[in-house]
Parts: sequence; structure tokens; C-alpha cells
Amino acid sequence: MLFVRSPRVIFSLNGKRTRTNAHPMKRLLDVLREDCGLTGTKEGCGEGECGACTVLLNGAPVNSCLVPLVHAAGSRVTTIEALGGRHRLQRAFVEHGGAQCGICTPGMIMAAIALGPRPSIEGIRAGLAGNLCRCTGYSSIYRSIADASRRALVRPAQKHAAFERRARRAR
Amino acid sequence: MLGSISNRQATWFVHKFRRADLLRSADEETLMLGSISNRQLFQPRSLTDALSMLRDEGPLVPMAGCTDLYVALNFGTLDDTRFLNLWPLDSLRRIEMRGDVLSIGALATYTDMRRSPLVQKILPMLVAAAREIGGVQVQNRGTLGGNVANGSPAGDTLPVLAAADVVVVLRSAADMRRVPFSEYYTGYRRSVLGPGELIVAFEFRKLHGRQWFRKVGTRAAQAISKVVMAAVAGDPPRIAVGSVAPTVVRLPSTEAALGRGASIDEARQILLEEIAPIDDARSTAEYRQRVAANLLARFWNDSFITKSRRTRNL
Repeated sequence: MLFVRSPRVIFSLNGKRTRTNAHPMKRLLDVLREDCGLTGTKEGCGEGECGACTVLLNGAPVNSCLVPLVHAAGSRVTTIEALGGRHRLQRAFVEHGGAQCGICTPGMIMAAIALGPRPSIEGIRAGLAGNLCRCTGYSSIYRSIADASRRALVRPAQKHAAFERRARRAR
Repeated sequence: MLGSISNRQATWFVHKFRRADLLRSADEETLMLGSISNRQLFQPRSLTDALSMLRDEGPLVPMAGCTDLYVALNFGTLDDTRFLNLWPLDSLRRIEMRGDVLSIGALATYTDMRRSPLVQKILPMLVAAAREIGGVQVQNRGTLGGNVANGSPAGDTLPVLAAADVVVVLRSAADMRRVPFSEYYTGYRRSVLGPGELIVAFEFRKLHGRQWFRKVGTRAAQAISKVVMAAVAGDPPRIAVGSVAPTVVRLPSTEAALGRGASIDEARQILLEEIAPIDDARSTAEYRQRVAANLLARFWNDSFITKSRRTRNL
């Protein structure tokens, strides 16, 4: 099979089945921004150094500036837009000043999403080693992520405590 | 308004304006996508398919994780227009034991190798190398075959492959051959890989002795190494260094000296005669020589002296 004219590439974008006629060698980054209109994913360096263009491909963080569209065919692509602006990581970045100029932030958050529950500070550093930030000095970013993961664990426990209190009062 | 911005910004605005003008006056598609619309992509369904495409339609540029290829494409430093997409060939991704040989498929990513219990057990130095390449994003995409095919003298897995005396398995439509890693590279970014051939796997024999890996670069992640060393504390020891010559090198004289019980100072002197690094954007020859000699001492210390001390303490 030879792609001379652009064939249709189908992939799942933030849970939605998406088709595009873009060239199969077009960068996934450009397809997301230009063809799908999702401009949350940023281009920093264009050579895999800065991580600003990080998206999840089948759940794993990748630099979308180094992914040809054809490698996303039949895969799940998740971008910052999937979080809808109210995700606990996004709120934590706002609260702790984890974002300043904001170019690196979507990439930072997508890399953080892939860290799994309750990452250690070393785990956060290693998981975000491929994401560069020129404003914050990183500490506030790590703090945001650590706090968001703490909250994710604390919240159900608090909910449970509140439920028990109400139950006790009702009795 | 123009008076308030610096010279550099002003140039940028002019540049942008001119580019916008060009877009309006010329065919937008050819300018914007320029080379991309000329690109042909061959999409094989199997390895056999890929090899016959390479034979009948070549030359084609093989495409794996694209962490090197797309850097060149994004910066317009690659003129090739015809590509062969290897990424979907899952059969090249296997990591398995074949008898007493560990076989790692060319498409195994750094993440695959880090996570593989087989690689962790048999080749801990390869896990160490994979952990220090790029960031997570690059490790999820970059492949062992790609690191070898790209052939940079600074490739981080290459000293590991050299120290382990890996066998590179090459396939073409008609043939299959096994090349010892020491014979694979013939010069700076040159190898014995023929035009119709693909790297399909790497075969490792079990190694005796503790394995050691150390990369020295500007930063732990992302940075390209200034000096990278992999070594096995066997009898005799095996030592390979990257970024100090046009290709990765083994140090046979240093190995032999250490093997016959020479002192570490003597071995350091021999190492300095064996390598001839150059000055480049990342480092200087002098620095590289000193660091390589220090790494040798560190390797020897980590492998034997600390071990015997530990035994004494027990």
C-alpha cells in the first residue's frame, strides 16, 4: 500500500472519533492545531527538547512535534483540552503559580497526568525531565503536581468523613 | 510604536510580514507544506512486505520512533522524500530469550527496555542507558534500532552494545546476516548496512561480571553526552566509550592491562593513548580525555574496591 495522495487517517481524539485528510507525514502537533483546531498544545522547540507539545498517545506522553500523523492512526490521542479547564492539576497550577507565561504548561500537565497516583518528588522530577520551563524555576510546578495528587487521595477520604458525620447526625 | 521595540524584535516583525506576503502571492499549499506534499510514505503490512518495498522501490528512509528523523525533517536538513513506515511492525518489538541469547527487536523503545524484566535481569547497563536518554516523551518513542541506525558517536546505548559484544541481525528481501557490533560501524555515521537491508534485532549473550554505565552531560535528562562509558567487570573487563571518536570504541589495550592486574593509574595512561577525542559544540578534547580517565577509575573503584571493602565489613 502506497500513500501518494492523502488517505484518511482515523484516530480517537479526546475520546471522539476523528478523521482527517491531512498528509500522513504531517506532524501530529500541526494536525491538532491546524486541522482539529485544538491550539492548547504548543510548539516550543520543534526538536523534542522542550516538551511543550506533549500529548498522550495511547496514554503515554510523547512529543507531538516528532510524531507523524500516521503513527496516531487507530490510536487514542489525549490533549490538554480533554481536561476541560477544571481538572485538579489545572487548579493546582493556578493556585501555586505553576504557570507563568504558560507556553510550557499544557505539556507539563500532560506529562504530570501520566505520572500515576501519588508520585514521589523524584518521580515528578524524572517524569517531567523532558519538559523545560524558563519562568518558574520548576519548584512551583512540582509543588502544584504534588498538591494535586495529594488532593486526589485526600478528597475521597474527606467525602467519606462528611458522609459519616451526616449519617451520625441523622441518627 | 516601532520606536519602543528592540532591534531584534523589529527584524522579527519584518521577517514575519515578508513571509505573510509570500503566502498571499504564491500557492499557499506549496509554501506552507513545501516538502510535505512531495513526501511519499510506504506503509508495509509485514516485515517481508517492508523488505520487498525496500528492494523494489528503494532507496527509502526507514521510519521508526522518529525522534531523530523528525528533528531533521522539521529543520529541513533532510532532502529525502520517500519513507518506509516501520512503526506498525509489532514483530520487531519483541524482547525474548532464544536459547541462552537475549534477543531485543529493533523497534523496542527505551521504555520497553526499561520495563522488561529480561533486560533488567540480563542487561542492567542497558536499562541504565535507556533511563538517561532524553525525557519520558523521547523514551516512549525512540528505539534501539533507531539509535544504532542513526549512528551518532554520542548515541547512549552504543557503548552498552559494544561492551556487551552484541550481534546485529540484518535482514534483506533475500538474505539474513549476523554482524558482530565491533564490525558494524565503518566510520563516522557509516555502517555495513546495505541499501536493501534493515536492522531487525540485537542478540546478547549473557555476561559475566558486574555491569556499569555512566553518562556525563550538561544535564541529567535531555542533554547529549560529552562522554559516555559502559563497562563489564569481567575477566578480562570490557570497556566501551562514546563521544570520544567518530564511532563508539572499545579499549582493548586498557582492558588487557586491567585484566593482567595493572594499577588503575597505569590503566588511565593507557586509556589516554587509546582515545583521541575532538573539540566540538558540546565539549573539548582535553575535558573528554580527563573525564574518560576519571570514569575508568570510577568504574574500577565501583566494581572492585568498594565490593571488597563491603565483603571485609561483612
